[in-house]
Amino acid sequence: MSLENRVTEIIVNKLGVRAEEVSAEANFQTDLGADSLDLVELMMDFEDSFKLKISDEDSSSLKSVGDVIKYLKAHGVEE
Amino acid sequence: MTPGTRTAIVTGAARGIGLAVSERLIADGWTIAACDMLEDRLREEAARLGDSYRPYRLDVTSENDVNTVCERIAEENPPVLGLVNNAGVTRDSLLMRMDAEAWDLVLKVNLTGAFLMTKAVSRQMMRRRAGSIVNLSSVVALVGSAGQANYAASKGGLIGFTKSLARELASRNIRVNAIAPGFIETEMTLSLPEEVRKGYAERIPLGRMGKPSDIAEVTAFLLGDASSYVNGIVIPVDGGLST
Ligand SMILES: NC(=O)c1ccc[n+]([C@@H]2O[C@H](COP(=O)([O-])OP(=O)(O)OC[C@H]3O[C@@H](n4cnc5c(N)ncnc54)[C@H](O)[C@@H]3O)[C@@H](O)[C@H]2O)c1
Repeated sequence: MSLENRVTEIIVNKLGVRAEEVSAEANFQTDLGADSLDLVELMMDFEDSFKLKISDEDSSSLKSVGDVIKYLKAHGVEE
Repeated sequence: MTPGTRTAIVTGAARGIGLAVSERLIADGWTIAACDMLEDRLREEAARLGDSYRPYRLDVTSENDVNTVCERIAEENPPVLGLVNNAGVTRDSLLMRMDAEAWDLVLKVNLTGAFLMTKAVSRQMMRRRAGSIVNLSSVVALVGSAGQANYAASKGGLIGFTKSLARELASRNIRVNAIAPGFIETEMTLSLPEEVRKGYAERIPLGRMGKPSDIAEVTAFLLGDASSYVNGIVIPVDGGLST
């Protein structure tokens, strides 16, 4: 599965949105209806799935789906 | 509750209130991850209490200890659905004689320790959408105490901490409450001079100091399902002292 699809799957499971809504531009809070705790949990799910640690500082800058994909690639997560 | 299906982490569990809380929770079916720095005492109690009391050496002020031990606890035990932040210390003196070290130590153990533990454990609870956290505050947070400005500040801090987390974690079905014990007979208060203890007892409407088991009963209530709609409160357990 591509990195994009894996990220989408995690978001769909956590936030209960449809996969079509999870575009790269989609903002977790304003477009996908996440509250602040959902965001924390999403980051925890990304950490577990991709076996990396996202610092609290970094996670506050990850506002959209595209931000996360870019971040994961920059931190060595393979396609 | 089916025994062996839930774990409660209790800090300061080697003696005093923490030990009484652990014993009472075991009676309710909880598995106890008993955390303390007093390794020998932990081992002795484990030998006495059996498999439901599982000793873990941990200093609540060490972020590294807290994180690694909490991970180990999660791996080795039933799901962690309870946390009792009970570890605490006093370094009493009048303000004019209080050095910054005594201030820092008390704040660090009593308040920062609870923060580190709660942060580490809430992650597991959030995942499970269930949990109950009980913080051991003190009557002195409500009424003050000459000679205990550091201790009262730390215990007052725990009340604000409790109420904030009660709001923050409620949507994940995690409840956070506090208990404010009055004067309880433990090694902490036995170190006070006899006449001081008598003086205190005379001011307590019920006319006696409390027992660790008095605190354990209320902790068991707050940790268990019987209190499932109780969130963000502070229960004084003090024989009427703060009223
Ligand atoms: N005894 C009272 O009258 C009374 C009144 C109000 C509140 N309290 C609170 O109840 C709690 C328990 O009190 P107690 O009377 O049983 O005290 P205690 O001194 O008998 O027990 C406290 C336990 O905490 C442990 N501890 C201390 N620092 C620690 C650290 N850094 N990391 C891990 N463990 C640590 C100690 O080793 C000890 O086993 C404390 O938070 C105390 O402030 C007690």
